[in-house]
Amino acid sequence: MPSGVPIEILLVEDNPGDVRLTREALRDARVRNNLHLAADGVEALAFLRRQGKHSQARLPDLILLDLNLPKKGGREVLEEIKQDEALRHIPVVILTTSQAEQDILASYRLRANAYVTKPVDLEQFLKVVQSIEHFWLEIVKLSRI
Amino acid sequence: MSPAPRSTPIEVLLVEDNPDDAALALRALRQAKLRNRVHLATTGVEALAFLRREGSHAAAPRPDLILLDLNLPLKDGREVLAEIKRDDGLRQIPLVVVTGSQVDEDVAQSYRLHANAYVQKPIDPKRFLEVVNSIGEFWLEIVKLP
Repeated sequence: MPSGVPIEILLVEDNPGDVRLTREALRDARVRNNLHLAADGVEALAFLRRQGKHSQARLPDLILLDLNLPKKGGREVLEEIKQDEALRHIPVVILTTSQAEQDILASYRLRANAYVTKPVDLEQFLKVVQSIEHFWLEIVKLSRI
Repeated sequence: MSPAPRSTPIEVLLVEDNPDDAALALRALRQAKLRNRVHLATTGVEALAFLRREGSHAAAPRPDLILLDLNLPLKDGREVLAEIKRDDGLRQIPLVVVTGSQVDEDVAQSYRLHANAYVQKPIDPKRFLEVVNSIGEFWLEIVKLP
């Protein structure tokens, strides 16, 4: 189980409602965590590569990535992360409204660590984020380099 | 939260050489809410033969999820992981490493080889059951499998 050092999570999400819900669900988590937000694909990669105003950013331990994002789509972001030697060990959980078979398959082929669809219902959405939190923060051993 | 109902059970390939751990994992998965069928491979060679439908495994189903131990006879789990994730026909199958290894380098290396998740086996059998339950809940009930 993780030490006292909080787990750093990067949430890549442009929908403010979903951001708020995710934040809420993670605030009640048993494991201490810091949530960082990137609202588009370009910002997500700048954060991960510590560019510009993100020069002090810590490498996250876990990434939650929406697929439909402005500027640079989630698929492209996923592909860039998983092709980058310095980033590819970071688990990426796709969190999206898309239920399309082709999105699911393409994401796994691009090395997404897991693919989760966002329920429309608020309570179910909270439950899903809590399940992600439980599995990735309490059960899994993350690679914390 | 329940995924779209499927008519067929979820096929799980468990690659584990320790009979006690295999029995515990089977027990935990039997309790899962979603119908699943667990296939056991006790060596790395058998796991790959199953996945490639070789020999006695010609009629094997394509698993929806793989649970892989790292320390295996005949062919090491790390090698099995690398081969699966290099194989265009297999790499989309989610693979969770479930291992007794306490070596930190195994964690980083497994993720670099594109393990979908890395889980350390607790020594306490009760805790091990809980952990497999959590794996089952997350991967069978929350995640969309390809």
